[in-house]
Amino acid sequence: MTALRPDLAVIAANVAPGSRVLDIGCGDGALMAALRDGKQVDARGMELDPHDVAECVAKGLSVMQGDADSDLIDYPDAAFDYAILSQTLQTTKRPDQVLDELLRVGRKAFVSFPNFGHWRVRASLMWHGRMPVTRLLPVAWYETPNIHHVTVSDFRDLVEAKHLTVEGAWFLSGDKRISDAAASWRAEHAVFLLSR
Amino acid sequence: MADAEALLAQSHVLELAQPLALDGGQALTGVRVAYETYGRLNVDKSNAVIIFHALTGDQCVASPHPITGKPGWWVRMVGPGKPIDTERFFIICANVLGGCYGTTGPASLGPDGEPYAMRFPVITIRDMVRAQVGILDALGIEQLHAVVGGSMGGMQALSFAANWSERTRAALVIASTARHTAQNIAFHEVGRQAIMADPKWKNGDYYGGGKGPDKGLAVARMAAHITYLSEEGMHEKFGRKLQDRTEKTFGFDADFQVESYLRHQGLSFTDRFDANSYLYITRAMDYFDLAEEHGGRLADAFRASKARFCLVSFDTDWLYPTAESLTIAHALNAAGSPVSFVELSAPFGHDSFLLDVPALDRVIAGFLKQ
Repeated sequence: MTALRPDLAVIAANVAPGSRVLDIGCGDGALMAALRDGKQVDARGMELDPHDVAECVAKGLSVMQGDADSDLIDYPDAAFDYAILSQTLQTTKRPDQVLDELLRVGRKAFVSFPNFGHWRVRASLMWHGRMPVTRLLPVAWYETPNIHHVTVSDFRDLVEAKHLTVEGAWFLSGDKRISDAAASWRAEHAVFLLSR
Repeated sequence: MADAEALLAQSHVLELAQPLALDGGQALTGVRVAYETYGRLNVDKSNAVIIFHALTGDQCVASPHPITGKPGWWVRMVGPGKPIDTERFFIICANVLGGCYGTTGPASLGPDGEPYAMRFPVITIRDMVRAQVGILDALGIEQLHAVVGGSMGGMQALSFAANWSERTRAALVIASTARHTAQNIAFHEVGRQAIMADPKWKNGDYYGGGKGPDKGLAVARMAAHITYLSEEGMHEKFGRKLQDRTEKTFGFDADFQVESYLRHQGLSFTDRFDANSYLYITRAMDYFDLAEEHGGRLADAFRASKARFCLVSFDTDWLYPTAESLTIAHALNAAGSPVSFVELSAPFGHDSFLLDVPALDRVIAGFLKQ
């Protein structure tokens, strides 16, 4: 098996064994397969890209083709122990509403996103006055699926405004952990575990 | 094409020992079920897969058609090393109740030695499945690895999973629906009326004396065939091209290629299908409403099931569009069943499930592999 992407590895390490999980934007199902095989997790997925869904089905995973913005409504309240949204929040039309939905269908939610406040992004804007194209944000502004860029500080504000509880937060640069204090400008990735 | 030996293809006819109790209240005695098997049943009888056929299909899923000699209707999917692998699975495909390929239907002889014709009882999708469960009982197969079906085959797969929930570990439902809509029923009614309007139909009593209602049956097939294709697929294939001529004839010949094609489809269909079977099977499809059978809530149909489900739709299928598959998927989610759903992109409309769609091969192979 190939190694999980660092933010997924953090999530995989912190999901309780045997729990029920909905992975929204599950891609090719790498995290779900790891959770199923390593932690006996009952993992379900949602993914927009039909090729990825086919890939998941071929791995024996249960995945619905669907859209985080519109299709979470079809799941009952508290159907899952965890709802996971990795690297997808910034692509949704209404991240705030998606966050509400995550904590409706899941008792807890893992949310991971690329930090737009990373120093390279800031430097790019500062020195070049242009939207950055970096390792983690490799697509030019006009074709990026990331329509709602968000920084660690932005996200903390949203969490506070919604009176959500942060049960855990992990900040990564590559696969290295970054301290909470330095996260705002040094973290490439952020992973939050939230509850209501 | 794989030969019969590699497929281990065998033809069987089972005569049900007990009368078949039908949803309509009648019991049908002496029911015969014609079926094909492929591959080998393993020692613990755990590798069996039923493939349910569609409206005008038959049991020859991977062997040559008994009348036309054409390759089996799903030969691209079923065979050694294919997505439904005959080296791994023991595959059963039966002609449905009401059909005309060896299973008891309106053309079969009733207890009085005369063909049933319209005295054949109206049957349901669940009745079709009931007859096929008889095969499992006869073979001593407690639980299937999977049930698989496209279109009306998908309805049977759903009915099986809902009503014989402990007898399959998985259900794969392709381009199908949990109920016939008004539009679905309407198209079928056009077909039935075409058959019944043919003077040769004779209230169904056309057996034994010359040709049956071929004209009506051909028109029924033509109307139905349109619903199996996509608008853009038809446009690409035919456009407004003329058939073997350079000018319109200002008459009612088949000037356009699409007319000629449909006439051919209609006509060749009458060589291989019984008009009364067409009436009965389309009726069964129209009566199909899986939620209605389970107190009006589709999710309740699946409460007892522990099976995995996979639903596949096609973006150009307007007969059983994606929304129908999604309705089923949502009901399964509500029932807590493990379910996958994917809409595949293919240009062939409803018929996509029978044609070259590599993504479908991957989904089927992957789903059955587990």
